[in-house]
Amino acid sequence: MISGRLIKLISTAVVWLFGLIWALPLLYAIWAAFHPSAFATNFHLLAPLTTENFRRAWSAAPFGRYFLNTVLLVLGIMIAQFVICTLAAFGLARRKFVGSEVLFALILVQLMVTPDVLILENYRTLQSLNLIDTLTGIGLPYVASAFGIFLLRQNFKSIPSELDDAARIEGAGTLQTIWRVYLPLARPVYVAYGLVSVSYHWNNFLWPLIVTNSVETRPLTVGLQVFASVDQGVDWSVISAAALMTSAPLMIAFLLFQRAFIQSFLRAGIR
Amino acid sequence: MQGWLLALPAVVLLAAFTHVPAVSTIIDSFFSTPHGRRAAVFVGLDQYRTMLADPIFWLALRNNLLYALITVPVSIALALTMALWVNGRIKGRAALRLAFFTPTVLPMVAAANIWLFFYTPDYGLLNQIIRAFGFGSINWLGSTSTALPALMAVTIWKEAGFFMVFFLAALQQVPPVLYEAARMENADAWTVFRRITWPLVMPTTLFVAVNALINAFRVVDQVIAMTGGGPDNATTLLLFYIYQVAFSFWDTAYAAALSAVLLSVLGVIALVQFFLLDRKVHYR
Repeated sequence: MISGRLIKLISTAVVWLFGLIWALPLLYAIWAAFHPSAFATNFHLLAPLTTENFRRAWSAAPFGRYFLNTVLLVLGIMIAQFVICTLAAFGLARRKFVGSEVLFALILVQLMVTPDVLILENYRTLQSLNLIDTLTGIGLPYVASAFGIFLLRQNFKSIPSELDDAARIEGAGTLQTIWRVYLPLARPVYVAYGLVSVSYHWNNFLWPLIVTNSVETRPLTVGLQVFASVDQGVDWSVISAAALMTSAPLMIAFLLFQRAFIQSFLRAGIR
Repeated sequence: MQGWLLALPAVVLLAAFTHVPAVSTIIDSFFSTPHGRRAAVFVGLDQYRTMLADPIFWLALRNNLLYALITVPVSIALALTMALWVNGRIKGRAALRLAFFTPTVLPMVAAANIWLFFYTPDYGLLNQIIRAFGFGSINWLGSTSTALPALMAVTIWKEAGFFMVFFLAALQQVPPVLYEAARMENADAWTVFRRITWPLVMPTTLFVAVNALINAFRVVDQVIAMTGGGPDNATTLLLFYIYQVAFSFWDTAYAAALSAVLLSVLGVIALVQFFLLDRKVHYR
């Protein structure tokens, strides 16, 4: 009996140690960001706390502008995705037409061939549309998302079509039916998709890196990379502060709405 | 008719940014790179011949295969282990779950910079720990033998917690009756895992494996942020090489040929998924 307890205690300790190791890189960055540079690699329990590193990072690069760009970008993409994917999903789920099955299969190709695999051609397309170095240009390739269409179509199909008929009898057109019947019923899916979309595009890097070349359009991820690679005299405290700063909104949102986040990723992943 | 109209905006955008570029990438790969006023001319398989003779391409392919071969199983094994731990009746479950999942929320570029610091030669935390155990400092990202594994660790760190969530959901679907029956039979923990848990989470494992595999061939952020493909191309992966050839060397035709290779790798994964997984995935 005692040995059973001991085994349990040891295994708990092992799990905890593993958890600690897992958190270590992040904890280390937090330590460095909140202490003066002198203590970045030097651990004293009594090291003074400071927010100086954040202030220095904030003033050394236009992070305010980067934040604005990222917020505009993720919200713009999300809203555009909602509109475009809703229309397509409704058409595919509720208005059977010739070739709709083939069309859906073609749409699903994008699950595999995401825009970042086709950087060169998509860059040329943006060039010809005169959208290089614009927020629209960063977002446009992602607006029609196969994933969003798939998710919404799946959900729309589970909504009883009697509700459609009822709406039609009431005199509602297609768009009104979508707005009044489908949107409210599919709300959890929109929340899930919205969270997944926002976190994806908040973190997206390669495509914005290629498309942008000015402060006015750069999102946070690219801004952080430019900031960290331009020689900061390798002041890790400031770089850590900047890295944490760019992740903070998403991380705080995650801490507050953990359950919603995890549910969303699940709902979005399990198909 | 109305259906088509509703789908039209999405179809136009998808065609413009997925299907048309995919096809024209393949077409471009049979032409030369235009220089100034010299237009692209048809060169047949020349780009592919160059590729076969290009040691960096082979290195990138090898690195990428290694990357997939190691990060996919390790991420899955860790994710399942974490899920089993967090699903059990261990003290401080919430804190553990948080520790495992939080890396997922970070932008890869931020995570990469945090790990750069962690890996710093001499005074980085990892080297401080190693020195405390009496070993010498290692320049993790600066030596060809450790740079790629060092990047893999970042990928695993970012991904395992994400996959854990899927396993957690799968574990909660396992009927408790099965575990009770196993207890009646006095089955040991390993047997329970092998005979009950593992088969029942199999669909999740396959789903996660396919996703991890696709991700492994699209890794690029941490390469740009941490090593720039170096040292000596030891961390050059396919997508990074494409990026480099296209946007640093501006050899667009060769980049197209490299992209065609990446597209076919993804195509093979898609086929595997289709034949292996399709019974589990319902595209109704």
